[in-house]
Amino acid sequence: MISVRIRKRYPPARESAGFVLDVEFQSTAGITVLFGPSGSGKTLTLDSIAGFVRPDEGRILLEDSILFDGAAKIHLPPQARRCGYVFQNYALFPHMTIRENLAFAADRIPRLERHRRVNEMLERFRLTEFAGRRPHEVSGGQKQRCSIARALIVEPRVLLLDEPATGLDAPLRQELYSILRQVRQEFKIPILMVTHDLDECFALGDEMLILRMGKIVQSGSPARVVEQPVNADVAKLLGIYNLLPIEIRALDPGRNSSRYRYGDYELAGPYFPGRLLGDRVLLCVRPDQLHAVAPEDVRPMNAIPARLVRVEERHSSVRLEFSGNITVDMPREEFERQKHTKEWMIQFPISGVRVF
Amino acid sequence: MQIDWFPLRLSLRVAAISTLISLVFGLWLAWLLTQRDFRGRNVLDAGVTLPFVLPPTVLGYYLLVLLGRNSPLGQMYEWLFGQPLVFTWQAAVVAAIVHSAPLLVLSARAAFESIDHTYERAARTLGASEWRVFRSVTLPLAWRPILAATAVAFARSLGDFGVTIMIAGNIPGRTQTVAVAIYDAVEAGNGALARTLVVIVSAVALLILSLANRTAGVYPKSRQAAG
Repeated sequence: MISVRIRKRYPPARESAGFVLDVEFQSTAGITVLFGPSGSGKTLTLDSIAGFVRPDEGRILLEDSILFDGAAKIHLPPQARRCGYVFQNYALFPHMTIRENLAFAADRIPRLERHRRVNEMLERFRLTEFAGRRPHEVSGGQKQRCSIARALIVEPRVLLLDEPATGLDAPLRQELYSILRQVRQEFKIPILMVTHDLDECFALGDEMLILRMGKIVQSGSPARVVEQPVNADVAKLLGIYNLLPIEIRALDPGRNSSRYRYGDYELAGPYFPGRLLGDRVLLCVRPDQLHAVAPEDVRPMNAIPARLVRVEERHSSVRLEFSGNITVDMPREEFERQKHTKEWMIQFPISGVRVF
Repeated sequence: MQIDWFPLRLSLRVAAISTLISLVFGLWLAWLLTQRDFRGRNVLDAGVTLPFVLPPTVLGYYLLVLLGRNSPLGQMYEWLFGQPLVFTWQAAVVAAIVHSAPLLVLSARAAFESIDHTYERAARTLGASEWRVFRSVTLPLAWRPILAATAVAFARSLGDFGVTIMIAGNIPGRTQTVAVAIYDAVEAGNGALARTLVVIVSAVALLILSLANRTAGVYPKSRQAAG
């Protein structure tokens, strides 16, 4: 269990605006992902926990020990914190072999035990075969496993990972995910992972913290966060929503329905709690909730005409960009069937959308 | 022609000892200067660079005052080793250190700062003490440019004239280093001796510098770790 409440101020300097990190969260065993754009304070948070950065105030508690306490002027050095840290580029010592890298970390373990422990970790992370090689002589996946094994050999009380999947190709990424799931199961410690990849949050995250400009703007399970972003900023950060300006024209809580105006068209939607007639808001709708149809095939309901601007092929679906910045995801076969359509209509769902 | 090899032998010995002392001292000071801010860091930083810009005679004068037989340091040395420091060959070692130490401090510092600090951070999270981080990570990653600088420092130590003559003097067979011997030979009109020594010193310096250039080249940075 780790509990973090820290504040760190970077005053504005020449060529850089000021920045304030102000985060508070707790996490228990399992994987917590810190998600956010670059410069939102994700890595700074990890570095504060590891002891590379000294916050101005607050408190960091790990299990029963205080790593940092601003009021009591406690700031343990990184050596005393027992935080495993997996760096973005693995940071394996280039002048040591894989085995020596692990042995370096195992230095505090008694001599007899040390050898056994290093071997055990080499075995567990399938590194025995490459134990005598230097980091530049092994593959990316082996380096990755070695860096995780090295961080775990000291039996850390928390594992910190800074964008571990950056620069990995798809198979290695999958391998990393399965290793981390294995680690989650075998080591009952909190795992904090920084990422800006939403798929990664879903693949691994038990919990998700969304950071923006040094603050946690939303937290919860990835599915819940994506289902219900708390505001337009979070929806934008997730990068998976259409945010369309609308004006509310009618609201009926009894029937759970509403009518709103988008551009020149009036559409039906669910009741929007807490909103008033005439409110100008942003309609938040996922690309897979919208349906692009050809009017000659289907009689469109609750739809507006739109002009297709761009088609982006994806592995299982096609992403269509329409005029008015509307993005629609469509299964590939469906698109193949109607790709010669000239005049598209876009159907809006009457439930499952939110406004901000 | 009978050549007295003593000055050359003395110079090599002085250069070797002074380089060794400068290396240890230089690594320590460089490490200190790369650590986080402490009070007086800027003054220390400037102090290290001073020998580069001051005339050797000025440096020699300072050392004479500092280490002379009447100074506390000079008396302490005399009490410890039973003989005065100034006007002995050991004083020539001090003179050489004045030249080689700043060079090593600056190069070692540049070398320490050029390596990827993520390695040092990683070592710290793994529980390594600061001394162990330095010994097992920083130094092995930075040794190439430091070794090259050591070679240059050695060559530089061979050639000091000004400081040596101020504090070690020109006592043939005792404190006369090769640089001083060349000056002496020219003064005495012994052109052959001067020429021979000049050629030898130049050759040694050239050899050392070419070795240094081959050694230089920083350890690849994290590029290698990223692969």
